[in-house]
Amino acid sequence: MSQHVISVKVENKFGVLARVSGLFSARGYNIDSLAVSRTENEDISVMTIVVNGDDRILEQVKKQLNKLIDVIKVSDHAVQSSVQRELALIKLNCPAAKRGEILQLAELFKAEVADISLKTITFSIKGDSEKIDRFVELASPYGIKESMRTGLVSILKERD
Amino acid sequence: MKIKGSQIIVQSLIKENVEYMFGYPGGVVIPIFHELYHAPIKFVLGRHEQGSIHAADGYARASGKPGVVLATSGPGATNLITGIATAHLDSVPLVVLTGQVSTNLIGNDAFQEVDITGITRPICKHNYLVQDIKDLARIIKEAFYIATTGRPGPVLIDIPVDISNGLCEFEYPEEISIRSYKPTYDGHPGQISKACRLIESAKKPIIYAGGGVVISNASEELREFVKKTGIPVTTTLLGMGIFPETDPLSMEMLGMHGTYFANYSVHNSDLLIAIGARFDDRVTGKISEFIPHAKVIHIDIDPASVSKNVMVDIPIVGDCKKILKEMNKEIKTPDIAEWVDELKKTKAEHPLQYEMKENDDIKPQYVVEQLYKLTDGKAIITTEVGQNQMWAAQFYKYTEPRTFISSGGLGTMGFGLPAAIGAQLARPDRRVIDIAGDGSIQMNIQELIVAAQHKLPVIVAILNNGFLGMVRQWQQLFWDKRYSHTCINFAPDFVKLAEAYGCVGIRVTKKEEVDEAIKKALSITDKPIIIDFVVCKEENVYPMVPAGKTIKETIMRELA
Ligand SMILES: Cc1ncc(C[n+]2csc(CCOP(=O)(O)OP(=O)(O)O)c2C)c(N)n1
Repeated sequence: MSQHVISVKVENKFGVLARVSGLFSARGYNIDSLAVSRTENEDISVMTIVVNGDDRILEQVKKQLNKLIDVIKVSDHAVQSSVQRELALIKLNCPAAKRGEILQLAELFKAEVADISLKTITFSIKGDSEKIDRFVELASPYGIKESMRTGLVSILKERD
Repeated sequence: MKIKGSQIIVQSLIKENVEYMFGYPGGVVIPIFHELYHAPIKFVLGRHEQGSIHAADGYARASGKPGVVLATSGPGATNLITGIATAHLDSVPLVVLTGQVSTNLIGNDAFQEVDITGITRPICKHNYLVQDIKDLARIIKEAFYIATTGRPGPVLIDIPVDISNGLCEFEYPEEISIRSYKPTYDGHPGQISKACRLIESAKKPIIYAGGGVVISNASEELREFVKKTGIPVTTTLLGMGIFPETDPLSMEMLGMHGTYFANYSVHNSDLLIAIGARFDDRVTGKISEFIPHAKVIHIDIDPASVSKNVMVDIPIVGDCKKILKEMNKEIKTPDIAEWVDELKKTKAEHPLQYEMKENDDIKPQYVVEQLYKLTDGKAIITTEVGQNQMWAAQFYKYTEPRTFISSGGLGTMGFGLPAAIGAQLARPDRRVIDIAGDGSIQMNIQELIVAAQHKLPVIVAILNNGFLGMVRQWQQLFWDKRYSHTCINFAPDFVKLAEAYGCVGIRVTKKEEVDEAIKKALSITDKPIIIDFVVCKEENVYPMVPAGKTIKETIMRELA
């Protein structure tokens, strides 16, 4: 079992997301995260899919993805050879007394204050998944009221 | 000039040279049926949509052309599901048209609305919901292209009724190009050479060929390859006929109910040459002990089939026919005389067999043997599923491709009769026989009237054992003989049933009557015939490699 980041370039048509996700669910795979958006070409979308699974079975899933008529390209994005980012929104309990301390922590992670109230503070933080995991871990003693993540997006590095 | 969507559909089908179409009408497809009324397409009205789609499937397998089906929305569409899945697992090209409620009602739980593209997504090669009449002609063109190219399969087009009733200019695209769909046909020359060298140095090679060879019409090339190399051939269920089973180099069918010598040849080989086959679990048994000594060459058009179940040493992705042609140009004969002798000896020592003593009930195997003899091996055989299917595979010898038509991957009971109708329409020059079980035949018996209506002399040979035989066999061998709900001797009178449908019914209860009944059936050429062969109740199919077991655990015959 290992984590894989799979980037799938697809025709921007209805139903494609269901076809792609169906290949994972049919094999009992839970998708850890999935980000979909249009590209510079409005006919083409790209999906970044993060899954945990047996290498050989994932190899099979990739071949099956390639077989889908609307799939243009499937590539595996290893951490070393790609730039990977996520965005998270995290709402913390934040009484006035703790505010300074929490802001200090946020500063270290370059998390931005997105919203603030008397009892809470909401940060937006971007980076790789590890950085966000770490921030969540360190912030959790204050009490996370709500949090969500966009899912990873990934692009291959260029080397000349 | 603008024409109606329904006219665009029918015109497009004509452009695709569709000769036969199968299906059933309903509210939202009336506009299409309205146009079909005068169209130069022969429409075969089924009596259940499942029958229609299996008939289209049988037509496609027998002819090599795509089968075309039309059904209404809702229940019409859902009745097609088993047929779509059957075709999908056996890579049969079908274009399936379904009606849909009007676009403004979709998602509304409208009358007879189902999300058929959603339902069929995992069981078809591709599907479409037409949302704009301007796309209609292109989608139909694409559907035929996708269904018939690469690894073929069923493609469904869901057509809302307002699209059928709408107006649009009609221009059928001549060419089609889909950037995300480019099947590979030519094998990699380097891989082909590597494979040839490996074959030339092999001591114990065996060819394991499957349905892909049928689909790519590569039977000639395969025979040429065997002539050049002298390598013995075993085939899968769906590959039967691509190499004559009457040839001394034929090891016949392998797998769970394959011949002992076929499984022996594969298990002991040092090189397995897989051609258009996909290492199904019914073929391999326990995968880790399937081929303990062999390297593997795998020729297949579907890259997803390669190294799926068995790790492959030399994959060659492409069309079997093209690749075999290339290999035939350069391959040299390997030195394998000893191996071939060993296999021929094994074949002689472990033939397929059964016992039928003087006063025994008729053995089903005997019926199949007599069908083979009395048709000179020239019939097209379709099958139902179960023991009947396996005996049809074992005891009829196939020498030509597209003469054995059976639901392999899905194992669909009720397939054989409608498939026989499609096959008979595709091949009026041949006798078509559905080798059936008394259980399976009742699953689509309503289609008998279609055969009668079209005066098709399809023969339904029921091996009537009063049981859901194959399930009973498993219960006997692995489940303490507890025959839970597999006895079906509360049954219709199949002779009267035949008569009620305007067909000829013959009952056979004694061995002496078998030949006579078959001859009588063969003499009838204008209506279907049911022969109800009342056979031994508890006969089993052997050899049997139990599921997930190895060849060493093969059960060869009844244990006393
Ligand atoms: C639609 C469907 N339902 C159930 C099965 C499971 N099944 C496989 S073989 C078999 C028994 C078939 O009985 P019959 O048609 O009488 O043939 P026999 O094995 O006796 O020759 C059954 C129920 C199936 N293959 N297909």
